[in-house]
Amino acid sequence: MTAASPVPVHPRLGARVAYRLQRVLRPNAGYRWFAARIEGQGPARALFTSAERQTKQKAFGCRMCGQCALPVTGYVCPMGCPKELRNGPCGGVGADGSCEVYPDRRCVWVDAYDRAAAAQRAGDLRLLHRPIDHRRWGQSSWLNYWQGRDEDLWTSEPGTTSEPGTRT
Amino acid sequence: MSLRERLASGGFAVTAEISPPRGASIDKITQTAAQLKDWVDAVNVTDNQGSNVRLASWAGSLAVQSAGLDPVMQMTCRDRNRIALQSDLLGASALGIRNILVMTGDHPKFGDHPEAKPVFDLDSVQLLWTLRTMRDQHILLSGRKLDPAPDCFLGAVENPFAPPVEFRADRLGKKVAAGAQFVQTQFVFDVPAFARWMAQVRDLGLTEHCAILAGVGAVRSIKALDYMQSHVPGVEVPDHVFQRLRKVPPAQQTAEGIKLAAEIVQQVAEIPGVAGVHLLVAGNEQAVPAILDRAGLNLTRGTDGR
Repeated sequence: MTAASPVPVHPRLGARVAYRLQRVLRPNAGYRWFAARIEGQGPARALFTSAERQTKQKAFGCRMCGQCALPVTGYVCPMGCPKELRNGPCGGVGADGSCEVYPDRRCVWVDAYDRAAAAQRAGDLRLLHRPIDHRRWGQSSWLNYWQGRDEDLWTSEPGTTSEPGTRT
Repeated sequence: MSLRERLASGGFAVTAEISPPRGASIDKITQTAAQLKDWVDAVNVTDNQGSNVRLASWAGSLAVQSAGLDPVMQMTCRDRNRIALQSDLLGASALGIRNILVMTGDHPKFGDHPEAKPVFDLDSVQLLWTLRTMRDQHILLSGRKLDPAPDCFLGAVENPFAPPVEFRADRLGKKVAAGAQFVQTQFVFDVPAFARWMAQVRDLGLTEHCAILAGVGAVRSIKALDYMQSHVPGVEVPDHVFQRLRKVPPAQQTAEGIKLAAEIVQQVAEIPGVAGVHLLVAGNEQAVPAILDRAGLNLTRGTDGR
């Protein structure tokens, strides 16, 4: 867990650019090879992770949970929610869309819904996110993503009969 | 008849709420449960409501059960991690507590220990999913086997009125997919808005898998209404409710609140797919018979074979 308490952050990166980048960064053999190489060397891994931290902190207020949900949350980080909710907003959202804990900030899920809906991706918000693995805080989620370790973070369909644990 | 049986029978369910005391006694809970048991199918026992320390919900639930009423044990994600939450379900089930109401929980900031660590290890969808898997697949989140598996009837909450309003029916859909079998909503004051949400809920087919209980509260005074509006997260009181209460002298505001609640009960009962009401009257339990009587729902429970 990072030291700072979660605070809702409105992303600096527009949703359209983010969705376009998503297509570019999708895992493939090249990225997998690259990720494996980086992971094999301590200093390279640290450098890469630090670069990721700085980039994503600026763009999304990333807190480095190491298991990125952004592709299916309208590129608004749910870990900025003071309750770190990954499956949608709590019931305390103000009538004006404000966060109940930080009333001067917008609820990340109100933001996420607007951005996803504008990109015809509101359906993404219906997917069920599994509990996160707290051992992964501070890790590079890009490396995890390219190495296929993120495949079970959420269900592939809105409904589900599978289990919530990823280690079953 | 338990809540599960009432809903299975297709009858109109009524639940209420008890807030455990700040103190080491179950006397008040037992007393209130005895008052309510001829009027409601089950009663929620809150889990440190508003992030204020109170007697534990499992202990309060046990007291309700001993008084002859079906408890609904509330379980929030605020104070316990996945280890404690799973352990609590096993304990509750072993003690015969069947109804478990899962919710995210208020942030500690709003309670008497604002400096506390907010846990939120699981969210409400993940917790429902976990509990359902424990019951149906007989396994923990870790994958380890349970013997015997717990028995439970899983509930959730939803606020149909909070932004993003367009997503609220889908949000309930996630909870139903995760395992929710009944849902109690936030206070319904705006009946047309509630009806719009219900239409979406029906369109998603959720009423076939999940019983919807509309939250209805009895307002005691303008002061109480003001407090609700400004201090209870996620509650928006429409102007017409304020105006209605302001029109009557203070001494009659409580009676007017009961009248209003009874009208809302009648209105929501007419909406297709509504399986019952959840009366949010903690601390004002004597209002329950008055509301139900006035609503014409004389559902006296004492005679139906409980």
